[in-house]
Amino acid sequence: MSQVAKKQNLAATTKIGWNREQMAQRCAQDIEDGSYVNLGIGIPEKVAQYVPDGREVIYHTENGLLGMGNSPSDEEFDADLINAGKKAVTAIPGASYFHHGDSFAMIRGNHIDVCVLGAMQVSMKGDLANWSTGAVDAIPAVGGAMDLVAGVKTIYIITQHTTKTGAAKILPECTFPLTGQKVVNRIYSDLCVIDVTENGLVLIELAPDISFDYVQEHTGVALLNGLSKKSNIADNQLVNTTYKAQQ
Amino acid sequence: MIDKRVASCVSAVANIKDGDTVMIGGFGEAGSPIELIHALIDHGAKNLTVINNNTGSGRVGLAALIENGQVAKMICSYPRTANSLVFPELYRSGKIELELVPQGTLAERIRAGGAGIPAFFTKTSVGTPLAAGKELRNFEGDDYVMERGLKADFALIKAKQADRYGNLTYNKTARNFAPIMAMAATNTLVQVNEMVELGVLDPENVITPGIFVNALIEVTQPQQESQLVKDGITYPPTKNPATNSLEKINSGATPA
Repeated sequence: MSQVAKKQNLAATTKIGWNREQMAQRCAQDIEDGSYVNLGIGIPEKVAQYVPDGREVIYHTENGLLGMGNSPSDEEFDADLINAGKKAVTAIPGASYFHHGDSFAMIRGNHIDVCVLGAMQVSMKGDLANWSTGAVDAIPAVGGAMDLVAGVKTIYIITQHTTKTGAAKILPECTFPLTGQKVVNRIYSDLCVIDVTENGLVLIELAPDISFDYVQEHTGVALLNGLSKKSNIADNQLVNTTYKAQQ
Repeated sequence: MIDKRVASCVSAVANIKDGDTVMIGGFGEAGSPIELIHALIDHGAKNLTVINNNTGSGRVGLAALIENGQVAKMICSYPRTANSLVFPELYRSGKIELELVPQGTLAERIRAGGAGIPAFFTKTSVGTPLAAGKELRNFEGDDYVMERGLKADFALIKAKQADRYGNLTYNKTARNFAPIMAMAATNTLVQVNEMVELGVLDPENVITPGIFVNALIEVTQPQQESQLVKDGITYPPTKNPATNSLEKINSGATPA
């Protein structure tokens, strides 16, 4: 590859595709009316801002609140009302509080419909690694991630398609310690949407101006082309139109 | 007559012995019984196993208990937060043991311990390093890992209201681990914002029935961990006499 081509390639990997807000917004399209949803820390938290109008969604936070609302005003602030990321939140009318045993019964007992999490690596079988790089000097910390992936009905992952250095995060096998085996249902990256199926990873939708071949080049496993099975172009237009309208 | 009120945080923790297992309520600072923890620091019991979701922040509360060398082992799910200074250093130098447990498994182990259940099976952690060495069992086609119930000699928790029978209510997400820890400990010590007369708490709204509670201490204006951290306060206060005092730290404690 020539120097020019390398530079173009680098520019391409850093500037094209969906940004963080758009990834969250694309994921939000798939949160159905009436869902009970748990959102992980980081980009997943942004999903709540983009759930389409008209859908009533109840947010669960594992430290004991169903019906989590927005950040509090100064008057509403209460240090005893926080989310799993230990940020101050509010409770919506109709919310409920409960202890950790009940909160994780909701999770482990398959009562929560959707959980959206970040990822370090995802395997072709849907294994997820998102809590530890396995580094010897790191302080291991797992929180509720293993419980969420083991118990929530549908697991959505929002992640950059590759690492900052361009290495694939979607791999034949995770090399980092696992959070759970065969737990991921769908991946929303900056480049595309991928379903994890019995037959393998199926690319069902592309971000604007991204090609199947480009995604394949940046993925560690062979992808199945599922684009024809879905009216992805219309979806793309919807996503981007809505996004622009909100800016 | 049943009256579980005791004179002070200091008298409440007086029977905690070296080597005891102590559950401490709280998720981050929400629900952290900071006055009881400071009394345990004053008391000085050592070689403790402490069960809490985290490892505290700054140099007050749970972090101060750890820094004071009283904790031999932490059982927790997330031993680092934005302001955790103490635990990482001790862990890296091999001075404290860590048993890392997924948060829901931690909660269920505590709940099971309190409910007389010695072990249970869960899908959580199957296929991960945290299931290593544990018994696996297949039920209806899926693998589950066996986890053991957890009990403790003492639980230190924080509640919003209590009557003298020990019936408790909590404030919002400060409830978190407190009700299940109250069940799992032989001696449950509660710092409560407000003592009320019998009959004031609607039985329909009691969260922890008094049978799970052993001692109550009214602390009407508890310290807020994040504020202490922000103000650069340490505990015990002698470490930094210029910026704080014992009276300041304990000003919220009012003997019942």
